[in-house]
Amino acid sequence: MNHPTTEVTTERAITVTVNGVPRETTVPVRRLLSDALRHDLELTGTHVGCEHGVCGACTVLVDGTPVRSCLVLAVQVDGKAVTTVEGLARGDGRGGEILHPVQEAFRECHALQCGFCTPGFLMTMAAGLEARDTSTDITEEEVDEIVGGNLCRCTGYANIKKACRHAAGLMKDGAR
Amino acid sequence: MKPAPFGYADPTSLDEALTLLAEDGAKVLAGGQSLLPLLSMRLASPATLVDINRIPGLDSVAVSGDGVRVGALVRHVDLLHHAEAARVQPLLARATANVAHPAIRNRGTTVGSIAHADPSGEMTSVLALTGGSVTVATPGGPQAVDWADFFVGPLETSVHGPAVVTEAFFPALPPRSGTAFEEVSRRKGDYAVCGAGVTVTLDQDSRVSSARAAYISVGLVPEVHDLTEAVAGRTVAEADWSAAADLARTLVDPDGDLHASADYRRLLVGVLTERTLARAAREASGE
Repeated sequence: MNHPTTEVTTERAITVTVNGVPRETTVPVRRLLSDALRHDLELTGTHVGCEHGVCGACTVLVDGTPVRSCLVLAVQVDGKAVTTVEGLARGDGRGGEILHPVQEAFRECHALQCGFCTPGFLMTMAAGLEARDTSTDITEEEVDEIVGGNLCRCTGYANIKKACRHAAGLMKDGAR
Repeated sequence: MKPAPFGYADPTSLDEALTLLAEDGAKVLAGGQSLLPLLSMRLASPATLVDINRIPGLDSVAVSGDGVRVGALVRHVDLLHHAEAARVQPLLARATANVAHPAIRNRGTTVGSIAHADPSGEMTSVLALTGGSVTVATPGGPQAVDWADFFVGPLETSVHGPAVVTEAFFPALPPRSGTAFEEVSRRKGDYAVCGAGVTVTLDQDSRVSSARAAYISVGLVPEVHDLTEAVAGRTVAEADWSAAADLARTLVDPDGDLHASADYRRLLVGVLTERTLARAAREASGE
């Protein structure tokens, strides 16, 4: 991490561990994390919908916790770990990737139409399902709480909720 | 939809922060969940953001028999899951559950939302309903400000000049009391069209001795309405909560906007008052 400072600056060098890889970049201090990921680090999986925290498409994990990346400045994640949708699948040890259960569930349940909102839903759902007690069956209230903050303009909510239930089942069975 | 240029500093002490805030156009950045949208929509364009996130000692929740002290960097999610705080003042967890969505609650701070003084914010009204106060760090030292002296208007507080709200204090729920909190919103997690938080206290003979309510998205600043006269001296079973709801409707002065007319908001005040008072009373009676 670069040292915090009482000096007022308009540009900052930051170090962020993105999907497990330390990345260094210099950003204007007004750069939103969503834009830093897309423009500076060229990770365009994080989608920018409303840019004021309403739609949830830009949701990423900061130190494992889901946040709206359009509501965080890039300089504020200096020294922290960020996980984007590109980091959700894990390597299979043979150069390929194994999808996260929520990605598997989205494919299985046809939970994406145009796909624009999908990265945000995946990150929100992955964190929400990993935080819950997987020894119990997921309830409708839990599903609503997990996905309630994300918008899908194709209105494909029925299948997105279905995918959430399916992923919860996969994770209960120890798929990850 | 990008913020206008600004300067940024992330000091590691309150003194440094106050020095930076003495400059023209400097503004505190904590959770940023209300400030960042204002910047991106260019409704605000401060010259400098003073990020307090790296200042140590501001992230604790201190629970005592007197109440709950919440530091400036405590996130809504921390209060939502704080069992000890919920035991001393149940409104904290009940209200924070209604603050936006999980991703916002993970980042947004309770004290920040109070300092933001949005009439549609939950925690401003909870501070009022519990009779709370805030602590404000100033170059002259810390000052305690009672909730009634803090809120001046929508998005406006009585704090001026270089200052950081470092803490909010929510007094404990009195004995033989119950609380309830409920909102009506268009979509889950949206700003409330109308919300109500209430406390009901019973006397030694299990008769209602106090019934008070504060509303969300009703009026320009948080207000506490005493509804006791409509139900005073009644047992929980015989109290007519609809009478208290009728009284509440006459006391509030909601505005109409794109989301709801003033009349609809007043109707919701009645509906939510009756519902939450009955629930809080049952809780007070130990049911």
